Amino acid sequence: MAKATFEVPALSQYTEVPPVTPDAMAHSAPFKSKDEWQDALGFPGELPEDWQAKAIDKMGDLLGKYRSLRVYMDSCVKCGSCTDKCHYFLGTKDPKNMPVGRQDLMRKVYRRYFTLAGRFFPKLVGAEDFTKEVLDDWYSYFHQCSQCRRCSVFCPYGIDTAEISMAAREIMDSIGVGQKYCNEIIAKVYRIGNNLGLPGPALEDTLEGLEEDVFDDTGVKVRYPLDEEGAEILLVTPSADFFAEPHVDGLIGYGKVFHEAGVSWTISSYASEAANFGMFIGSYANMRKLAQRIREAAIKLKVKRIVFGECGHAWRVAYSFLNTLAGPWDFLDPRYPVPQHICEFTYELIKEGKLNLDKSENDDKVLTFHDSCNVARASRMGTTPGGQFEIPRAILKATCNNFYDMDEDTIRDRTFCCGGGGGLLTDDLMEIRVKGAKPRLDALNNVMQEKGVTHMAAICAICKSQFTKVLPYYGMEMDQIVSLHQLVSNALVLTPGEDDEEPDEDDDLDKNDNDEDTDEAA
Amino acid sequence: MADTIEVDGKEFAVDEEGYLSNLNDWVPGVAGVMAKQDNLELTDEHWDIINFLREYYEEYQIAPAVRVLTKAVGKKLGKEKGNSKYLYSLFPYGPAKQACRFAGLPKPTGCV
Repeated sequence: MAKATFEVPALSQYTEVPPVTPDAMAHSAPFKSKDEWQDALGFPGELPEDWQAKAIDKMGDLLGKYRSLRVYMDSCVKCGSCTDKCHYFLGTKDPKNMPVGRQDLMRKVYRRYFTLAGRFFPKLVGAEDFTKEVLDDWYSYFHQCSQCRRCSVFCPYGIDTAEISMAAREIMDSIGVGQKYCNEIIAKVYRIGNNLGLPGPALEDTLEGLEEDVFDDTGVKVRYPLDEEGAEILLVTPSADFFAEPHVDGLIGYGKVFHEAGVSWTISSYASEAANFGMFIGSYANMRKLAQRIREAAIKLKVKRIVFGECGHAWRVAYSFLNTLAGPWDFLDPRYPVPQHICEFTYELIKEGKLNLDKSENDDKVLTFHDSCNVARASRMGTTPGGQFEIPRAILKATCNNFYDMDEDTIRDRTFCCGGGGGLLTDDLMEIRVKGAKPRLDALNNVMQEKGVTHMAAICAICKSQFTKVLPYYGMEMDQIVSLHQLVSNALVLTPGEDDEEPDEDDDLDKNDNDEDTDEAA
Repeated sequence: MADTIEVDGKEFAVDEEGYLSNLNDWVPGVAGVMAKQDNLELTDEHWDIINFLREYYEEYQIAPAVRVLTKAVGKKLGKEKGNSKYLYSLFPYGPAKQACRFAGLPKPTGCV
């Protein structure tokens, strides 16, 4: 693990509300985006002379477009309900990381230029000019919000700080103040097809490797197909699933589930990314352009269904916005939800008794489940309210003998963010990431002490990467975080497929055809 | 982070995160200088990884997935070394990010 250059908070049995330390995180700011990426996203590269006027224009534009934003700006009564709800405030003590503090960074500018009282008596109503100092504050603190929406659960008016952060980032992008992490990644998707920049041949090589590995492990040929026209299902999954651990173990699990379901499926090299960072930067235009790739791939590959892999905000975009962003989906099979979550897919099979699951394969672990914020608070699964909480837990209980939930105040719709969401999963923001993880890790530590929990499962690529990085800062092990479908993968007893019995059938695994006998053991 | 690093008397441009700006600039000395910045001494074991990363990049224009890397290491150096733990023992900041930097590859981006 890297050594911390800042003080890592001590874990406590319950997360306590700390005394405030003004400006404790004022130094935190991510690297700025460069011209080439700004250009690819349709934003200017540098701060123009008249940036202030341009920013205020943009704010007016957004206030007109998003009625919600104006309501959020107007309706706060300073009740204080949100003040101790943000993981970044709890971890950093900085009052500007209180949701109301963060909102006020925009609200004071809004009041100055868009309310009568603020125009004439700014001091009386807490209105302020949009100065360079205010802009710098915006850049710092709107990149200390993971858009997790926990505060909005507790706000009596339902003010959504995530939407305010998105709007702030959109305004900053429109005057050339972009963030490197998000914007470089979006530009990469336009160029190559996914956040990581994995070109088709690298994807193919990686997927072939997975087929070999699964065959070596199980003696059953499970396919991980790429760009196969006519497949029934298009799997859209975060590119981290191809690249990182424990993500890839989840991808292996999806493949095994599809194998057992007996459906044909494929990944698309063109739409090899579920994540949609256009949402993080509040840019509808970019969000739409990214989502359109999925439509194009679905049409080109002539699929009938779309299934999303384990990715939090991708599921928010998919569940809540995909139809308006990239629909209509009238060419897909109407018998299935568009899109469907891999957890819904797996859960249906479990309910129908179609998966042979040996829970004892996960007996070396005691599990808990981390509700990822975008799944928990911005979407749903299945057909009943709360399905997004119950379905992943039902899968866990069907695949593991040992499962305990964390404290009720820290799960389901009150879940604490991992600390790395919303475009903050970058090394230049490591301090805020580590500190912001404290509330979640307090709760995890509790079930580790009291219930002997050894591992935490998640269904979001960002959560998985974030925990892999930050757990060691708190004296925990990086591999305590696992993919939900990794547990499915461990427990699933595979049925040899047709091609396991027909060695002559043409496929990509010719070299394994001599090992057919081992299938019998599976 | 400095905008250049000096290797054998020559200046090399690096970005704000310490990655080589021009990937074609890479010479073996770059890895040594970057390792020093991170208080690491490069051994043959490190070089096995760095060389593999460069070969893979040459072919695929991207760093290998962690599983591809661990499998290749396992095949070459024995199964007990074919895992992330071994790679992290060599590159404490993570094989994907730290080893890529030493090898002159771009930083892997995304949800990793």
